[in-house]
Amino acid sequence: MMNLVWLGLILAGVAVAAATGRAAEVTDAAFAGGKLAIETAIGLAGLMALWMGIMKIAERSGLMEGLAMLLRPVVRWLFPTVPRDHPAVGAMLMNISANMLGLGSAATPFGLKAMQELQELNPDKETASEAMCTFLALNTASITLVPGTIIALRATYGSVNPAEIVVATLIASVVAGIFSIGLDWAVRTALRARGR
Amino acid sequence: MSVLNSLSLWAVPGMLALIPLWGAIRRVPVYDAFIEGAEEGLEIAVKIIPFLVGMLMALSIFRASGAMELLAEAMSGITGALGFPSEVLPLMIVRPLSGAGALAVTADLLKTHGPDSFIGRLASIMQGSTDTTFYVLTVYFGSVGIRRVRYSAAVGLTADLVGFLAALYVCQWFFR
Repeated sequence: MMNLVWLGLILAGVAVAAATGRAAEVTDAAFAGGKLAIETAIGLAGLMALWMGIMKIAERSGLMEGLAMLLRPVVRWLFPTVPRDHPAVGAMLMNISANMLGLGSAATPFGLKAMQELQELNPDKETASEAMCTFLALNTASITLVPGTIIALRATYGSVNPAEIVVATLIASVVAGIFSIGLDWAVRTALRARGR
Repeated sequence: MSVLNSLSLWAVPGMLALIPLWGAIRRVPVYDAFIEGAEEGLEIAVKIIPFLVGMLMALSIFRASGAMELLAEAMSGITGALGFPSEVLPLMIVRPLSGAGALAVTADLLKTHGPDSFIGRLASIMQGSTDTTFYVLTVYFGSVGIRRVRYSAAVGLTADLVGFLAALYVCQWFFR
């Protein structure tokens, strides 16, 4: 999919340039884009290092585990088909906590572990179980407490107050998260009613 | 509103002070942990350079040729009906497909319109309130050999759209 989008952007751009006679502008823009990428990355590198450094302290001090403990009742309630003390619960909790703290690289291994555990409970190994669908609904909505990368990116481009979007982002992501879980529940219930 | 705004204002200084303090209380070697994390942060910044080069180049061509204006005009019926500025349309298309790609699109919007413009703020919030649905589905289901993903792709994409709408309304509520 990304291959198509990328190719489409370039081909459409060049085609329109041919029609409007903007070949020179397009050449300049292509090189300027490459230059901007490096400038952005350099600006971002220092801020990402700072952010990930602070978050590593959070990770080491057990913040993920603490958050996971708070979320345990919610996760048990969301996954009625998963036994209360199944290892899947622990892996899902750590994945969700890491996601909420914006620790993407820590989240993925726990997420993959959770999928393995959920697959053990899955009667049909090629078809997604209800619990898997709910887990992914939760994952793709990703509630973020502090979006560190975006704050860093905004600072790179000279925002007066790069963090001003924190609360707005949190509200929007909670709305999307609740909607996602609700929709997953509604579809699941409707399919069950039809016996599928 | 002013309480929420000062909460945003203090989010970063608060975390910079409280997380190391909490770490020290829990007897984490805070400086060593910081250095280790900072190294990972640098790695991430280096890893996204190819994505940035690819996407920013493609987007720059698309914009400079005038194709962006044509697309914005053609889609203004749809984006306008929902209330979105048509400039964020590329972000809506790329966001479910690629996290680093979407970050590059956001970077392009922040650079072009300014991080403190309405579009800049909206793009920031949209980026933070949605996720790379297709990527997550591919990696997670793929890792355990699930072929039939049932309704989860539809649920994920609908949630992305709701996330975009929520970002738009919250952004208008906060910054207008």
